[in-house]
Amino acid sequence: MQVILQQNQVAALINSLAEQIAADLPDPASLALIGIRSRGETLAQRLQAKLQAQYGAPVDCGTLDITLYRDDLNQMGYQQPTVRATEIDFNIDNRYIVLVDDVLSTGRSVRAALNALADLGRGRAIKLAVLIDRGHRELPISADYIGQVLDAPQDQRVQVWLSEVDNREEVTLE
Amino acid sequence: MSQKNAPAHASPTKTRSNRQRFTWRHKHLIGLQNLAADELNHILDTAEGFQGISQRSIKKAPALRGKVVVNLFFEDSTRTRNSFRLAANRLSADVLEFTSKGSSVSKGETLRDTARNLEAMGIDIIVIRHAAGGAPHLLTQCTNACVVNAGDGYHEHPTQALLDIFTIRERRPLKGLNVAIVGDIGHSRVARSNLWALHTLGANVYFVGPPTLMPSGLDKLPVNVCHNFDDIIGDMDVLNMLRVQFERIGSPVFPSVPEYSRLFGLTSKRMKRAKKDVLVMHPGPINRGLEIESEVADGPNSTILRQVANGLAVRMAVLFLVNQAAQAKTS
Repeated sequence: MQVILQQNQVAALINSLAEQIAADLPDPASLALIGIRSRGETLAQRLQAKLQAQYGAPVDCGTLDITLYRDDLNQMGYQQPTVRATEIDFNIDNRYIVLVDDVLSTGRSVRAALNALADLGRGRAIKLAVLIDRGHRELPISADYIGQVLDAPQDQRVQVWLSEVDNREEVTLE
Repeated sequence: MSQKNAPAHASPTKTRSNRQRFTWRHKHLIGLQNLAADELNHILDTAEGFQGISQRSIKKAPALRGKVVVNLFFEDSTRTRNSFRLAANRLSADVLEFTSKGSSVSKGETLRDTARNLEAMGIDIIVIRHAAGGAPHLLTQCTNACVVNAGDGYHEHPTQALLDIFTIRERRPLKGLNVAIVGDIGHSRVARSNLWALHTLGANVYFVGPPTLMPSGLDKLPVNVCHNFDDIIGDMDVLNMLRVQFERIGSPVFPSVPEYSRLFGLTSKRMKRAKKDVLVMHPGPINRGLEIESEVADGPNSTILRQVANGLAVRMAVLFLVNQAAQAKTS
């Protein structure tokens, strides 16, 4: 296992994401962050704190559980994650929704998240923010805000570790 | 619109970090007697994840899309049948309704043949209610479909007990809780399923009722038995009032309605002896003024309608989990 980004580099990427979002979406009231469970949830909360500081105004933040919408739900064998509640306690209609995830690769999680969001309401627009875009897409999906593009071979796994859930903070390749 | 469904007081037993690791392996749910605590908790945790679906404007998720659920009911039922149907619909499954009345069963078809015929149509999950205890188990041996018990004889009614326990767990930790189940215990599959699961999860269960309505073999069950409701009501955290079955009224085991009401009915007068925050439960349908007084059934301690709402989430979780286990076995 190889560490490719260290703690301070991860922090810089999150700062960069917050700046990209704030530059593109100047109105905090129309903006809503929605993290894809589980690392996206933590990232969205960090972005929320940074954006609230930048705007000087509150920013809504929620969590999306995409388990029921996954296209590999019936092929996962005994590896299925536990279904948990989606926690979005605001109306998403007419909001600029920034979907947040740690790593963008095949695009299948994002596809599931888009379907899950469609069942919750109709946003004004949906944007995608990812910490790492590592390529190898299997669906026509791209991110609007990217921390870093990483050219990693397909058989290697890019893993983001965040201190809130993992007790360490780095990006690894294994 | 609010998807945030977990109330602030919900699930003190939650252990988030362990949740993701657990693997459910049963493609049938026949009873709760043989389920371990982590299996019971996994169903309840999963049900929590499904609660939000019923609260949003589009009450559907695609988890069982393309699957077929059969409601195979050999006994009358309105709410359990509807609850299972709605649960299956909310997960995007197709539902086939099968009633024994006026069907091939009334022409003499056996359970085995009924199951095989249904299976030939390509069904995935059978939800069965049957007057004979053991019928769901028999079904598992003659079909490849998942089987979910919706009540069999005096044996078990697992989803009712799970929704009862889910409703308790939303409000209190189960460990050490005193739960009274009051009424016709001997003929109650709800009481049995509740007993097994509550015992496994660390609660103390009390069966309360006249000796004539108690099951045989009580000494082998992990339960406290009490024939005088007033003796114990003050120590109870939960009162689960069973429905009086009308067909037993007037029989030797059930001589008089006023006498039963006086001794075992939950009246507002009797409620004064109970803890202030006692939870009052009832599996429904209620006989108002018989096992429970209207004032209590509609009062602040009552969780009766919450039980119905939670029943949907619990049944969605059960249908989802048995299907996942079946898919895992074939993949």
